[in-house]
Amino acid sequence: MKISIIALAASVGLSTSAYAADVAPTAVSYTDGAVEMSLTGTAGDPAAGAKVLGSRSLGNCVACHEVSALPDIAFQGMIGPSLDGAGDRWSEAELRGIVANAKMMFEGTIMPSFYKDTGYIRPGNAYTGKAADGALDPLLSAQQIEDVVAYLATLKD
Amino acid sequence: MNKFTKGLGACMTAIIVASGAMAEPVDDTLVINEEIEIVTRTAAPAHLSDVMDEVMSGWLFRGEETRAMEMDDFDNPGMIFVEQAEDVWNTADGTEGKSCADCHGESTEMAGVRPVYPKYVEAAGEVRTMEMAINDCRENRMGAEEWKYVGNDMVNMTALLASVSRGMPVNVAIDGPAQSTWEQGKDIYYTRFGQLELSCSNCHEDNYGNMIRADHLSQGQINGFPTYRLKNTKLNAVQDRFKGCIRDTRAETFAPGSPEFVALELYVGSRGNGLSVEGPSVRN
Repeated sequence: MKISIIALAASVGLSTSAYAADVAPTAVSYTDGAVEMSLTGTAGDPAAGAKVLGSRSLGNCVACHEVSALPDIAFQGMIGPSLDGAGDRWSEAELRGIVANAKMMFEGTIMPSFYKDTGYIRPGNAYTGKAADGALDPLLSAQQIEDVVAYLATLKD
Repeated sequence: MNKFTKGLGACMTAIIVASGAMAEPVDDTLVINEEIEIVTRTAAPAHLSDVMDEVMSGWLFRGEETRAMEMDDFDNPGMIFVEQAEDVWNTADGTEGKSCADCHGESTEMAGVRPVYPKYVEAAGEVRTMEMAINDCRENRMGAEEWKYVGNDMVNMTALLASVSRGMPVNVAIDGPAQSTWEQGKDIYYTRFGQLELSCSNCHEDNYGNMIRADHLSQGQINGFPTYRLKNTKLNAVQDRFKGCIRDTRAETFAPGSPEFVALELYVGSRGNGLSVEGPSVRN
């Protein structure tokens, strides 16, 4: 099981880094915390975004946020605000900025930055407790960010 | 309130509890063996007055069955290891042919030691944990081999020493020669480590009482260590827990026994000043 997850992660990493058109994490342009431009130029897939949002090994957004539209996911957290109605409250650019690096809009927020690859204190090699082995990939790929943004945009009151 | 609305109210309460939306610490009192009264909530120590009013044992954040296991030594699996350590306490080891008891007497004579550790040890010129004190005894008084910092022998012995101080208030000194180490520990507590950029305070100061996925966040108090965890069915040393927490931020963690964790243990211990020593406690 472990091997297949690692293999999957490796293949995801390879396939995403193959797209040279992706905006690199350090090149993302934030305006008041929002990001106008797509990170990939490819429209996000809401269904894929919902998977990223609910999977422990991917975004695991539900660890901290409730999403009523995904009732099959048990134990939704209550650290951050409910995501219900996020598509009404925020524009696509704002959603992209928050998912990519929420600290740009909300200074000091507990929310991890999902599209960032530098500037960490004692970065580790995933959850091994060991030091990172060279450069880090962001927590989510550019396309995964776009997919999550596309899903969040569907959450209307 | 008429019967109908009362019934409706009770029904609503049941629904809320069942859905897990309510995650406040429980209103319950802990008395062990119908004898040892444990302070599980009390006024926060002065150094925390700008961040919280009350400090709470992790016991209040656990489920009813888990809480019950700690109320009776026969139900507390951690006490088996206390008994094992009691045998070791009375057994000679090392080139000097001495046991712990030869110098210290009965293990109960050690009541009052746990509440003040970690502490600055004048002769050593540094802040020391109980583990460091135990190994100092073994090496320099008994002529015995050092124990591994979080090995079974060590964690069992710390459980014995905690157990004889149960009910006594944690009283870790933070001033005088301990102050610089305490400040170092405080810096670590508030540092956002790893790729998830999480500090101890993000979860245990800003979000205790909240659910993070299926976990009910506590204040991260360490008055109950070592802790028997149902999750891994063994006693867990406090610095082993620190290591796991920092690992889970996707960081390069620190090693148990490292100066960083000694400082962190001093600082986190002091956040629980006033709570009772509770080890070995029972947790998830």
